[in-house]
Amino acid sequence: MHELTAIQLRDKIKAGEITSTQATKKVLQAIEKHDKIIGAYISVFEKQSLERAAEIDKKIAAGESVGQLAGVPVAVKDNMCTTFGATTCASKILENFHAPYNAAVVQKLLAADAVIVGKTNLDEFAMGSSTENSSLKQTVNPWDTTRVPGGSSGGSSAAVAGRLCMAALGSDTGGSIRQPAGFCGIVGLKPTYGRVSRFGLVAFGSSLDQIGPLALNVEDCALMLNVIAGHDPNDSTSVDEKNAPLCDYLENIDKPVENLKIGIVPQFAAGADKQIQNAINNAVELYKKLGAQIIEIDLPHFEYAIAAYYMVATAEASSNLARYDGVHYGHRTENPNDYIEVYSKSREEGFGKEVKRRIMLGTYALSSGYYDAYYLKALKVRNLIRTDFTNAFEKVDSIITPVTPTTAFKIGEKVDDPLQMYLADMYTISANLAGIPGISLPCGFDDNNLPIGMQILAPAFEEQKLLRIAKMFESKTDYHKKKPAIIES
Amino acid sequence: MSPKIDKAQAKKVAKLSRLDLTENEIEEFSAQLNAVLEYVEKMNELNTDDVQPLAHCLPVSNCFREDIVKESLGTEKTLANAPQTDNEFFKVPKILDDSAAT
Repeated sequence: MHELTAIQLRDKIKAGEITSTQATKKVLQAIEKHDKIIGAYISVFEKQSLERAAEIDKKIAAGESVGQLAGVPVAVKDNMCTTFGATTCASKILENFHAPYNAAVVQKLLAADAVIVGKTNLDEFAMGSSTENSSLKQTVNPWDTTRVPGGSSGGSSAAVAGRLCMAALGSDTGGSIRQPAGFCGIVGLKPTYGRVSRFGLVAFGSSLDQIGPLALNVEDCALMLNVIAGHDPNDSTSVDEKNAPLCDYLENIDKPVENLKIGIVPQFAAGADKQIQNAINNAVELYKKLGAQIIEIDLPHFEYAIAAYYMVATAEASSNLARYDGVHYGHRTENPNDYIEVYSKSREEGFGKEVKRRIMLGTYALSSGYYDAYYLKALKVRNLIRTDFTNAFEKVDSIITPVTPTTAFKIGEKVDDPLQMYLADMYTISANLAGIPGISLPCGFDDNNLPIGMQILAPAFEEQKLLRIAKMFESKTDYHKKKPAIIES
Repeated sequence: MSPKIDKAQAKKVAKLSRLDLTENEIEEFSAQLNAVLEYVEKMNELNTDDVQPLAHCLPVSNCFREDIVKESLGTEKTLANAPQTDNEFFKVPKILDDSAAT
């Protein structure tokens, strides 16, 4: 089964060549065997997923119609609400939280007949780039267990790369799908802001957060997007389909984009390791051979993206996380002296360091006397960054960049220096500020046999074209087919 | 250069954030937040006098719906995760000072 993609497995299940029960058992066995080391999952639903697989098998045997993910074992990042199991956000404050409803995307996975085998680890409240900020457990990179899987969707990425599920959902506020996908050698897609409902996604930066798929290849990503995309009356920021029509993201995916114009940003190269630069240059050469026109573009405000992002994201986070008050749900301190301590001690005990740092930073940026200099300034810079992309996309269909300046770093290397950790997000952050879609796909390996990722960005709601462009590269290369040694053991 | 955020300010921000931070955390965070804020000052290289702030990248407008009563969570589910409850209420320590009532 290691050789199958999610689509191939789904087709075999539908054709009766393999049952969902068999596939789910295989995945559960792989989790049993390897997740002690990889640490991708916070919770695994063994009994429930086998029961569900059996139900789907029954439907198929009875000739009933089944959904797009019929019987396929998938995983969900643990910041999406589920009525089964806990929804922890990898935080002590929500360790025992049982959501009263399913996130819209979870409901859609279930409606598509997916089997949700478990919920994956993340940086606490999705704040981080290495999954080291999880308060519950450590996830390692399946390619090198002394290194981080990236973050914040590190659990979902490691689970897909380690073949501990067929595909997974992550969330991306500043690169949290694309960066771990890059570090783990898989494909990760951040859709356009508003394409996928955020209902039931625990909020971090509400104007930046977007849910998307992590998978073994571009087509599986397209399939997952087909399942989760669409307007939701419960999320007022999910986009009206009259203005931005949905499409079948698998349609024409094999068809190369004609007259393709790809933008490259010469100033980006300088920031990345030499081996990453080479891999990206080779990828661009390949596109050229496939007939693409390569055009140098300028994103003049790119270097201000991290500064603007960390003001906007932390300001929104400080406001969103005010809801953890020790009253309605979540951890409450044991012996508060007064009602103020119910808040301040519960929060002090329940939140991890990075979350506290970001709440502090955001509160500072929003506080009287600093609001104009930090928060308002950041929103203006955000506008400049979006305008840069609008101008660039008048000349090109897509922009190719590295996903990260380095390949996966060592566990512990950056934990005590938050600024260095933030700088690791330099290539991914601006897509969130501008609201545009981006995909990360494998484009090489460095001398340590660690995956190198390529990022492709496209204008808002151009996911179909973006996936086709990514597929053009993937169909001529086999980086996505390489597997970490750990799963063969 | 004077720090952007000193210990006294960090304490004030912690209070606004309702975080009962330890002395060690105040010390550690004020140093780390300083480094971040100094980096963020980079934005001041840009003249943004004529730039509109962008809070949201897509045009968002009010979403209206018919005023129809729909099913809601209900009391039981709403209280299910509460640390302390009293019948159908969330329970919290006394908020009003007795002495102030007289």
